[in-house]
Amino acid sequence: MMDTTKKSLQVAAIENGTVIDHIPTDKVFTIASLLQLDRCNDQVTIGNNLDSGRMGSKGIIKIANRFFSDAEISRLAAVCPNIRLCIIRDYEVVEKRIASLPDEFVGIVRCANPVCITNNEPMKTVFYVTDKEQGVVKCRYCGKEQNIEHIKLV
Amino acid sequence: MMNRSIVSIADYSREQIERLLERTAEFEREPNHPHLLEGRVVATLFFEPSTRTRLSFETAANRLGARVIGFTDPKVTSSSKGETLKDTIKMVSNYADVIIMRHRLEGAALYASEVTDVPIINAGDGSNLHPSQTMLDLYSIWKTQGRLDDLNIFMVGDLKYGRTVHSLLMSMRRYNPTFHFVAPKELEMPEEYKLYCRKEGIRYVEERVFTEESIADADILYMTRVQRERFTDLMEYERVKDTYILRADMLGRCRENMRILHPLPRVNEIEQDVDDSPHAYYFQQAQNGLYAREALICQALGIE
Repeated sequence: MMDTTKKSLQVAAIENGTVIDHIPTDKVFTIASLLQLDRCNDQVTIGNNLDSGRMGSKGIIKIANRFFSDAEISRLAAVCPNIRLCIIRDYEVVEKRIASLPDEFVGIVRCANPVCITNNEPMKTVFYVTDKEQGVVKCRYCGKEQNIEHIKLV
Repeated sequence: MMNRSIVSIADYSREQIERLLERTAEFEREPNHPHLLEGRVVATLFFEPSTRTRLSFETAANRLGARVIGFTDPKVTSSSKGETLKDTIKMVSNYADVIIMRHRLEGAALYASEVTDVPIINAGDGSNLHPSQTMLDLYSIWKTQGRLDDLNIFMVGDLKYGRTVHSLLMSMRRYNPTFHFVAPKELEMPEEYKLYCRKEGIRYVEERVFTEESIADADILYMTRVQRERFTDLMEYERVKDTYILRADMLGRCRENMRILHPLPRVNEIEQDVDDSPHAYYFQQAQNGLYAREALICQALGIE
């Protein structure tokens, strides 16, 4: 009982907004930057290296009064496929959404091929997701297939 | 932007390929059409030097009566001052009716085709695509065999880095080929292309040996150069460097219709004594490039 109270004090509940829980600890700040939380004027709570029964340790991000669009959520899949977002209204989880891989990523991830035109011109990258289960994406320009786990954001 | 750019022919249908082959044949019968492109301007932008390809394209344009502008060395252009590819293409689009470009970066031609309404012909983008080479290879096979269907095609040498063999492999998929990939371990066909074959139902066998017996049932022997600098293990290079050399005395048991192709330049992978064999076709193959490029330029300009 004591423990629960302590934990809830560490990462305060929000009345309305979005909670992203069970984030791998090395992905927390990438997700924060992908959602442009540095420019967010609402209350943002970021916790990292928290105890997690399932993951050992985890990260969590709570953003008050923000509800993300499908496009914003699908961007998250580029760094953390299948991560869950909880939509909070009046302190209750009213909906859970999963960041599943979209059919394509435009201007989000960088091609791993150094001699790809996208790494040498000021242009948007385009990737087609060719295998959603294995997380395989293919660069529209150089045609190289790459795994989403090894890919970097632009 | 939709236009008639020719960035890749990998997705062309049988009908599209056949139409191009027939037009190439027409240009072989009569290469000179001095009025066909009269008043047109063809730009050849070689951001990376490639004398052979450029001469072939420029000859094609000249034989069709077009004027040719362009550069052969990016050091003399604004790209050396930091101009983007997009800006260079936009600028040249103001002058030319078609742009033929060669670039060291992969995907450059596709990107160029997206920033202009002027048709782009890809004359090679890094190790990615080179559709006019593929077209002249297909034409050489079609012409010497009388068909593209059901052929035994042996690809020999550097199958790992050889862009031409990868493009040829993909463009042959509609013609029920049987491929023999003959290469040393370090230069064998990459897994992604073998996977492609399996997905597309293309038969292939991998071989290390290259002898008179092993090539006896080939219809096409597509030779490529085994380059020393491709090897991480130089001991391996020393072991295999003479294995994938074609000599005239290996041709005793081959099929009468068998033809030897090579994208050129050749170094020592085909001995000089093969040149006199009726099976040698690599010089005619290069000549076919002229006719194929005449056909491609006309297609890009929408000229029937």
